[in-house]
Amino acid sequence: MGQRTPLYDLHLALGAKMVDFGGWDMPLHYGSQVEEHHQVRRDCGVFDVSHMTVIDVSGAQAKAWLQHLLANDVERLHSSGRALYSTMLNEHGGIVDDMIVYRLDDGYRLVVNASTRDQDLAWMQAHLAGFDVQLNERAEMAMLAIQGPHARHKISELVTQSRGNLIQSLKPFEGQPDGDWFIARTGYTGEDGLEIILPANQAPGFFNDLVGAGISPIGLGARDTLRVEAGMNLYGQDIHQDVSPLASNMAWSIAWEPASRQFIGRDALEAERAGGVKHKLVGLVLEERGVLRAHQVVRIANVGEGEITSGSFSPTLSKSIALARVPMATADRAEVEIRGKWYPVRVVKPTFVRHGKTLI
Amino acid sequence: MSDIPADLRFAESHEWARLEADGTVTVGISDHAQEALGDVVFVELTEVGTVFAAGGQSGVVESVKAASDIYSPVAGEVIAINEELSANPELLNSDPYGAWIFKLKPSNAGDLDKLLDAAGYKAAIGE
Repeated sequence: MGQRTPLYDLHLALGAKMVDFGGWDMPLHYGSQVEEHHQVRRDCGVFDVSHMTVIDVSGAQAKAWLQHLLANDVERLHSSGRALYSTMLNEHGGIVDDMIVYRLDDGYRLVVNASTRDQDLAWMQAHLAGFDVQLNERAEMAMLAIQGPHARHKISELVTQSRGNLIQSLKPFEGQPDGDWFIARTGYTGEDGLEIILPANQAPGFFNDLVGAGISPIGLGARDTLRVEAGMNLYGQDIHQDVSPLASNMAWSIAWEPASRQFIGRDALEAERAGGVKHKLVGLVLEERGVLRAHQVVRIANVGEGEITSGSFSPTLSKSIALARVPMATADRAEVEIRGKWYPVRVVKPTFVRHGKTLI
Repeated sequence: MSDIPADLRFAESHEWARLEADGTVTVGISDHAQEALGDVVFVELTEVGTVFAAGGQSGVVESVKAASDIYSPVAGEVIAINEELSANPELLNSDPYGAWIFKLKPSNAGDLDKLLDAAGYKAAIGE
């Protein structure tokens, strides 16, 4: 038996097909993954993401420590309520994990992946020496993502007036506490929406209220197809400890300036950049019928080979798409091997759909 | 509990087979199989005229989740394929016993007796 979120019984009652995800028993879908995907793109839906790990960072040197730990620079968070995306690197420039960092009034809140919880905490503890910093894992909290073009409007009418006002006033990539809730305008679908961190004992009631108000529960299956369409990387699949952000379409998340900021992995990234980055992450579109899958081989004429890191059927595009790591000098056409046959694919920027619109 | 029609025979690999009045055999995948696969988005059909041994790999069903091989439940020659599945693969989800995949002229009609009956299949899938 895997770990269970506070919503486990509710998922079963809603008819979820449960699967193991990083040691957690999570809902894959509640009937149709494709319908759930469309629901989020067209309206809104609610995801249980309580398996994710929330870590609060406090202490006099919280900022200095995060500036040492992360490739992005929390100095960019000019005021409390702002958020940024960052990777945490090892000395070789490989990605230990990716996360969202929220600036709080008295410190920072990190939301890291579920499957990497143990290694992240061990890594963070190992790099605490010399810093006046306290880490507080908030395992008593649950987390819901409510995503889709109508998410903020619908949710603001189902919560207290104070929370409703906060939801209406949040700009993208902002998050603020309200009582014992923390409400952020962030997500992993390419749509507008919210992520709400709230005490575990309040989560089933709130989730139930949302479903009762007609907001569909959405499983991890649709979460995956939504994030692939949005061109967002999944840790353990598209990114891992042996690849750097430079080879992962994530160079934008590295804060090079100020040059004096010595974050872990900086030297390796600078060497990689100076020597010429060898690989990059691109999008692939299969024009023929079939489905691209992770680990299929990509062949680019006169350039070399690469590999699909995430592949799926795209419900929005009604064709198969993938993220693939290929040689830097890639072309705009390639071929993918599916069951011994080579299929032509288009090579595109790895953002297929954003805010309901097709970008390829 | 999945739907298991009493008039069909089943392979342990989750195909169903129906002996028609004209001696041909119609093949599809079970309700249990489509349920396990999730949303079907692509069916790679075999070709008319292909001859399969019993258990021969005779196509692929791709769902959002995974690719799954289809096996011919009995030996025989393919005499028809359901082209409708090319445009509407989701029929395998919505109507698994109506949405057949291919029809065979069996090498030996008696082979159907080697397949599971409804009760046997029900037991095989633990229902």
